Amino acid sequence: MKYLVLLIGDGELKAWPDHTEEEQQEVMRQFEAFDEACREREGVTILAGEALAGPSHATTVRTRGGRTSLTEGPYAEVIEAMGGFYLVEAPDLDVLVELLGILPAYDIQISPAVDPY
Amino acid sequence: MTDLEQVVRQEWGRLVALLLAQFRRLDLVEDALGDAVESASRRWPEDGVPDNPAAWLMTAARRRVLDRLRTEEVARRKLPVLLTDAEHHQEGARTMADAGSLVEDDVLRLVLMCAHPALAPESAGALSLRLVLGVPTADIARLFLVPEPTMAARITRAKKRIVGAGIPFAVPDSSVLPERLDIVAQTAYLAFTAGYSPGTGPDLLRAELSGEAIRLVRVVLGLRPEEPALVALLALMLLQHSRRDARVRDGRLVLLSDQDRTRWHHDEVAEATRLLAHPSLAGPLSPLAASYVLQGRIAAEHATAPTAADTRWDRIVEWYDLLLQVAPSPSARLARAVAVAEDRGAAAGLDALEGLEIPDSHRPVAVRAELLARTGDVDAARAAYDQAIAACRNDVEREFLVGRRADLP
Repeated sequence: MKYLVLLIGDGELKAWPDHTEEEQQEVMRQFEAFDEACREREGVTILAGEALAGPSHATTVRTRGGRTSLTEGPYAEVIEAMGGFYLVEAPDLDVLVELLGILPAYDIQISPAVDPY
Repeated sequence: MTDLEQVVRQEWGRLVALLLAQFRRLDLVEDALGDAVESASRRWPEDGVPDNPAAWLMTAARRRVLDRLRTEEVARRKLPVLLTDAEHHQEGARTMADAGSLVEDDVLRLVLMCAHPALAPESAGALSLRLVLGVPTADIARLFLVPEPTMAARITRAKKRIVGAGIPFAVPDSSVLPERLDIVAQTAYLAFTAGYSPGTGPDLLRAELSGEAIRLVRVVLGLRPEEPALVALLALMLLQHSRRDARVRDGRLVLLSDQDRTRWHHDEVAEATRLLAHPSLAGPLSPLAASYVLQGRIAAEHATAPTAADTRWDRIVEWYDLLLQVAPSPSARLARAVAVAEDRGAAAGLDALEGLEIPDSHRPVAVRAELLARTGDVDAARAAYDQAIAACRNDVEREFLVGRRADLP
């Protein structure tokens, strides 16, 4: 099945700008290791994935009473800050959770895509 | 118990697991099996009980799943495969009476699926009782003190979540398995304690239903006999369960010290004592397993004391000291304070209670009231009883507290 993996928070990790040069490189290596592990695992494919601009660049679209308004920022009550996302094809939740363990220990939300079949 | 009830009780989980292994359709499997049981209840009394009742149910349930699949778009494309699969699995069904490794593995997969960490613990417990043991939804609802429609909806939601979230029907790799079995143990224990949680009155049937959670642990222990958390948990449950017939008299709760010890199930106490000596508990343990062992040792001190006066409270305090190192919790601290009061007097017990709070619980202040009364501080005891009575949400317990308050000099 397809899963949308949302990287939604730093958890207990330092914020990105507070990382030293070496630490940033280490994080990059973790992301590369995740990519590689997904490539090697049977039945797993990363279909898409991007790092996202911070919440101050997000725009929320709301339609109320037929009027559409645009506001700065994400829905605070849903996700404080989206750092990035992946769309992954994986055989089941356990395989995906195991692979995500390779990434830094971010707070992550996993949402299955609805299977139309 | 009829032959059919007997088969359902013993084989339900195995049948669910086999059907799932074959069809992977949680949404169809349980209904199909339910239909098969219903049809057996009509046919067996007339045609006689088949030679292999479990295989009969399996075949009937499989036909129903296939019928349902035939009516689905998917089935039109996959049917040939499913049919050969079905032929292939017939073999498995025929030999179901003897536990083949395939079958056991299927049951373990089922247990792990029902107690997956991505399911809410209360759903996991209900689902395990329903799918692994075939406990009727009405009984599960009663156990957890919720209305039956609520429980039915909860179980349905959990099943949908398993399918929707992609929770696997699989045994995880050995690096994760012990941790997953710990969750199975916690799930079973949650279901067990639900039966002893005070409802609107002392409900003996709910205590009996707790026995189903014991059966769940026995099933899993049958598959993983060396798993320390399961060995220790079974001992703990048996010790707690052994007192069920003595806990209530004339609709009132009876305190441990006042219980008629001849009414305890001493065979269960003996089994638990043997389990606590199991070699698997001698090595290093996970915190969860260690906490079950220590709670089991505490329960064993009570269960093996010939009379309440013979209770070795000094040893119980030591076990609690260890438990608080392994798994500190306010309720363990409270229980330790009670043991300290029994061992060293009420004043020492009050010291041990100092600063202890349990949110939404009247118990700490109820214990404080009792200990204040023992030290002769009647005014403070009365004030504490008032506080406890105001905070108590259970009729039976409140009645008990009101009685204690009235007994003050």
